[in-house]
Formats: sequence, C-alpha cells, structure tokens
Amino acid sequence: MSASAELFAIATSRLGKRFDQIMALDGLDLGVARGIIFGLLGPNGAGKSTAIKILTTLLDASGGSAQVAGFDVAKEPVEVRRRIGYVPQLLSADGALTATENLNLSARLYGLRGAERAARVRDALAFAGLDGVADKLVRTYSGGMVRRLEIAQATLHGPEVLFLDEPTSGLDPVARHTVWDRLLELRRSRGMTILITTHDMEEADVLCDELAILHRGRLAAVGSPAALKAQVGPEADLEDVFAHFSGAVMDQGGRFRDIRESRGTLQRLG
Amino acid sequence: MRAYAIETAAVADAEVRKLMRDPTELMSRAVQPVLWLAIFGQVFSQVRGIPTGSLRYLDFMAPGILAQSILFSAIFYGISVIWERDLGIVHKILVTPAHRSALVLGKAIASGLRGLVQAVVVYGVAVATDVDIQWTPAGVLTVVLAVVLGSCIFSTFSLVIACIVKTRERFMGIGQVLTMPLFFASNAIYPLDLMPGWLRTVALANPLTYLVDVLRGAMIVGGTSVHAWTTSFAVLLGVFLALLALAAHLYPGLAR
Repeated sequence: MSASAELFAIATSRLGKRFDQIMALDGLDLGVARGIIFGLLGPNGAGKSTAIKILTTLLDASGGSAQVAGFDVAKEPVEVRRRIGYVPQLLSADGALTATENLNLSARLYGLRGAERAARVRDALAFAGLDGVADKLVRTYSGGMVRRLEIAQATLHGPEVLFLDEPTSGLDPVARHTVWDRLLELRRSRGMTILITTHDMEEADVLCDELAILHRGRLAAVGSPAALKAQVGPEADLEDVFAHFSGAVMDQGGRFRDIRESRGTLQRLG
Repeated sequence: MRAYAIETAAVADAEVRKLMRDPTELMSRAVQPVLWLAIFGQVFSQVRGIPTGSLRYLDFMAPGILAQSILFSAIFYGISVIWERDLGIVHKILVTPAHRSALVLGKAIASGLRGLVQAVVVYGVAVATDVDIQWTPAGVLTVVLAVVLGSCIFSTFSLVIACIVKTRERFMGIGQVLTMPLFFASNAIYPLDLMPGWLRTVALANPLTYLVDVLRGAMIVGGTSVHAWTTSFAVLLGVFLALLALAAHLYPGLAR
C-alpha cells in the first residue's frame, strides 16, 4: 500500500466528469483521511452525487483518477466494491422484502456464507434496532427505520469506507438523530471512514470532522468546520460558510433530476 | 463458480419471494390464455380454415397460447427493473462485488419460475377445454425446460430494453409495440407453411417460433415439431446467452 493510500481512505486527482456540454465535476483534488467523517457540501448540481457515483464505481470518470481504500476505482472496481458500503439518496431498501431478507440478499452478494452470514445479519438487525420487526415487510417501516436498515445493510460486510448520499433528507428530527448516532458509532467502534453529502448545515457541523464545499464541479473550500468558519469571520456559522464559498446559487434550486429524486425520497417517507 | 451460483440464487430467491407475496400480476396474466383458448380457440376449431394436419385446431394452438402467455408475461419484466432504478435498489446492488451477469441471470431464473406458474394455468385451461395433453414424463420435462428457457429469453430481452429506454413511459410503449409482432410473426396460431415468404423468414428468426415448435411436439398427443428439439433448444440457448451477455453489459448503465 502506498504512503498516500495508508493515510487517505479516498484520494482523487484532477477527477472530472462531463455530461455532454455540462462539466459536472471539474478537476477535483480531494484527500479523505482514514477514520473520519467527511462531509461533501454544495448546492444541487454542484457535483456531489456525481463524485459519489464515481467513487462507488457506478459512473466512469471522464478524466483524472480516484483511489478508494487503496484501489483505483477505474482499474480495480471489484476490489473497491469489496471495501465500500453505499447508502443512496433514494430509499433503496426493498419494500417488498423483510429486513432480514434485505440483509440476507446483501450478505450473499458480498460473499458472506453460512454461520458467518447469519451472525452478521443478526448483528446488523441489532445495530439498526430492528430485532423486533425483522420479519415485517420494509414497506411498513417508518423513514428512520428504513434508513437505519440501509446503513446496516451497507455495513454488514465490514467495509473500510461508507458513502451516504443525503442520508437524513426528509427524516424527522428524532429519526435524524438516530441516524447520526449510528454513523458516530460506526466511526468510533469500527474506525470506518464515512463520506456523506448533505444540505443540512447542522448535520455537517455535528457529524463531520472535515468538510469540502463543491461549487459548479470544483472544490471551493476544504477544512474542519471550525477552520472554515474562522476563514469567513469570527461570528460565522456554517450557513455563512456555505453561502460564502458557493455564492448565491442555493436559491437556484438545482437540476430537475436532483429535485425529482429528492421529492421521490420525501414521497416514500410520507 | 460457487460465488457466481450463490449470487444468482440470492437474486432469484428475492425475486420469487416478492412474486409470491403479490400474485396479482400472475392472476391478471392468466386471463389472456383463458380468452384465447376458451373463446378464440373454440370458435376457430369450428372454422377448419387453417390446415393443422391430424391435430384439431385447439390442440394445435394450445402450445402457441402457452408460448404467448410466457412472452406477454416476461416482456414486461423490465418495468420492475426501471422501478428498482427509480427507488435506488439497482444502485445499491451494483456497488456490491457481485458479477453483473449473475444479477441478470438471477432475475431471468425468477422469471422462468414465474413462467412455470403460467404454464400450470394454461395446462388447466387446456384440460378444461379438452385439449389432448401429452402427460409422459419426457413430454412434461421438455415443456418445463422450454418454458423456463423461453421466459429467461423474453425477460432478459425486456431487461435489455429497460436498460436502453430507462423510463417506464417509454418502456410501456415499446413493450406494446413488440409483443404483437413477435406473436403474429411466429407459428403460435398458424403453421409456417401458410405464411408468405418474407414473413416466414422473419418467423424463422423469431425465438418464439422455436419455443412453440418444441412445445407443440412435447405438449400435445400427436403433436410434431418441425425442427429437431436439439436444434430448437440450441437456438433458444444461443439467443439467451447472447441476451444475457448484452444485458450484463448494459445493466450497470441503469445507475448512471
């Protein structure tokens, strides 16, 4: 393992992605240290989801390179997939299956077998706090329960890096805090590196050790929440930091697809 | 190899569980073969306008209706994949290290099992309408294999279309456009000999023709297959493997 791979769980170099005429990601240089919670902020269309899709091997980059857990996402995608977990922005647990069945499906696809699989599924249910409802269909769960299940599903194989795309979007405050608790526990107990995207400044402040702000596909700022606030002014909060580095684009509302996906998630959450 | 089998079985298992919990679609798909056999078949048996050799027309068309039932059921399978894409389920599955072709094969096998349920319905209607069913073990086993393989072909074809069009609206339109030409450009309800040359050429390139041909020889007492079963199964298997490779190549594109 190279020195940079030992230090960084995620490292990108001039990472770019072009969709026809739109440069969604433009020369992103990023280093995410191992064992931290890293927040990716930015208005809709800033390139957050594109970056996550490239880092999780769902999308090919147009230029540059990226390493996750020491492996190149373009050249060694299967090795990367073995070492990551992913919670998409959309509610991705299958509502027509029970929690146990969702977990068993993931466990089998990650190559877990026999007694080990049964033990991991049991632990995952306990971690998600779903032991009592493990055999109920997921479509009967609340939004918070679905998100906890998804986090358990994405981590039951023990990944080194966990990616979450707007994990608390649409959740009520109580459910949001239970999701935060699970993420903090993953960092504390398993030393997992966690990368999240969020629009929620409170979430970024409470959870993240380090933040990066993307603006029109480029890295506008990076640092700890405290350091970024200090850069903007003595009284600045993260809202000020966000506005300072991303301009006034928050009001522009983002791309149609981003909004449709957010609304789809909210609709499923009721 | 073992990992591939486990991944395939995992996907098939999840799909079958979902199917068993919501049999509505199976029930609604059962209506069509009932109409074809109990109404269309009964009436056309009286017309005697289609030369079917020593077979009654109802006996001749019963395997065609079974194949049609499989086609119509499997060809819309892709819509569930688009639904899974819209829900983010596809994204989550695609970040696992599982083989892409195993993910597709698992879905195809689940569709094959669904095809067997369709076959049971068609057999039930056929018995009720006095179709002369061949109950030999070899005949039944051949029908089972053909039904599973046929379902795999058309569901994987459906998945390929879903991967290309990516939206439910477009998919429904294309699905509707494809089913009838596939059905009528085959030997399902009339023999190839009746077709004009150009249509016969199209029918010979249509996998449904080979499926019907096998079913006709295996399902009906006195039924004969134009092609040897080995030829038909080789064609069906070849088409399926080509579609499987194409679907496995296109499937990751659903998450982009």
